[in-house]
Amino acid sequence: MTHKFLIHHRGDHVGVAVVDIESGERVQGVFMDDDSTVEVEARAAVPLGHKIAIASLEPGAEVLEYSLPIGKTTASFEPGTYVHTHNLRSARW
Amino acid sequence: MVIQGFRRENGKVGVRNHVLLLPVDDLSNAVCETVAKQVPGTLALPHAYGRLQYGEDLELHFRTLIGTGRNANVAAAVVVGIEPNWTARLADGIAESGKPVEAFSIEGNGDLETVRRASRAAQRLVQHASEVQREPAELSELTISIKCGESDTTTGLASCPTVGRVVDRFVDEGATVFFGETPELTGGEHLIAARCVDETVRQEFTAMYDRYVHQIESTGADLLGSQPTQGNIAGGLSTIEEKALGNIEKTGTKPVVGALDRAQAPANGTTGLYFMDSSSAAAEHITLMCAGGAVLHLFPTGQGNVIGNPVEPVLKITGNPKTAATMSEHIDHDVSGLLSRDLTLDRAGEQLFDLCLRTANGRLTCAETLGHREFVLTRLYPSA
Repeated sequence: MTHKFLIHHRGDHVGVAVVDIESGERVQGVFMDDDSTVEVEARAAVPLGHKIAIASLEPGAEVLEYSLPIGKTTASFEPGTYVHTHNLRSARW
Repeated sequence: MVIQGFRRENGKVGVRNHVLLLPVDDLSNAVCETVAKQVPGTLALPHAYGRLQYGEDLELHFRTLIGTGRNANVAAAVVVGIEPNWTARLADGIAESGKPVEAFSIEGNGDLETVRRASRAAQRLVQHASEVQREPAELSELTISIKCGESDTTTGLASCPTVGRVVDRFVDEGATVFFGETPELTGGEHLIAARCVDETVRQEFTAMYDRYVHQIESTGADLLGSQPTQGNIAGGLSTIEEKALGNIEKTGTKPVVGALDRAQAPANGTTGLYFMDSSSAAAEHITLMCAGGAVLHLFPTGQGNVIGNPVEPVLKITGNPKTAATMSEHIDHDVSGLLSRDLTLDRAGEQLFDLCLRTANGRLTCAETLGHREFVLTRLYPSA
């Protein structure tokens, strides 16, 4: 398997690691809706099941996954940023 | 397409053939558990409640216990309570389904005399159940329930979409499917509202959702750290919205034909995909859906929830390769090939559908073989 993360839909800001990704690793992601690919360099280790950014976002921006908002950034993202509760929080509670 | 099921007196079809020992209240657990040891082939359902409850909470208590007894996976029931009135209320509610029920109360008799009488009744009912044969039944006669647990991002990528395929298939076959987890739809509640079949159902669903979330908010508590759970966060889920969008994948694509109260059975003769108001806690949720009539549960898990139910078999599906490897005795269906893209969603769905039919025909689930029998009643507020 050449891909190390999957992205639900084109336009999503994040993908999900399907294996443990190491910091500094250049990794390929596959968009599940059209099988196209994207490459980013991981800026931190991303464990299996955790998210990696594929877009640049300012603090306070809406983050899209499944083509829908999953919360807002609390710090800026660059492609390759490890995304979790330290830089993303719910917009609902 | 047919399965081999147990057709009950009221025509409902089950996939298991239990004889229940059902306590009305916490005080009657000891009798039920003693009878269960005395008469193999019975199933005691001890629980913590049933005293000093009132109002809507009491109604839910009886609706859940009566519904559990009426479930088509149950051949017959022995009801035991501390006093005769509420004992008769539970027994009569189950007996309306036409199945054999016998009731015993403890006051004036004591545990030992009640055990003696209840054991004789249980023995007769086990012999009755042993003569009930499996017979062909249509898939449209089945009621399935779904709920995921210890979710992570792999549930949204793999196990929930697989269940969604199977839900669509069962609904196409004319079956009934329940989903719920009211607060856990947060961030995707508009997706469910948009799928409601008409304005009446949409308003009922929205009212249930709003009431539940308002009730949580009225406590003033911060749900961060509880929802998503610690397990969810360890698995990579960051927010309730992200968890909800993965969760909703398992509901498939069909219209939502009704919004049910907790433990409520749909009207006779109606089928399709139903929302049921419910907590997202697995044991409470499956107990309510079983009481509403579900006979088989599909449970996607990411980090490895080990839940079972005494009456309704629970099939577990995971897309997390670590969970599939480290907790294989709990996992009925491994779809981690969806992450490596060695497996297609169509194929994963076909395999799970086939496993559902085999389980309906009698194959035991992992949870059944491991003795997982979590039976948990939902409380709406404290006892008086």
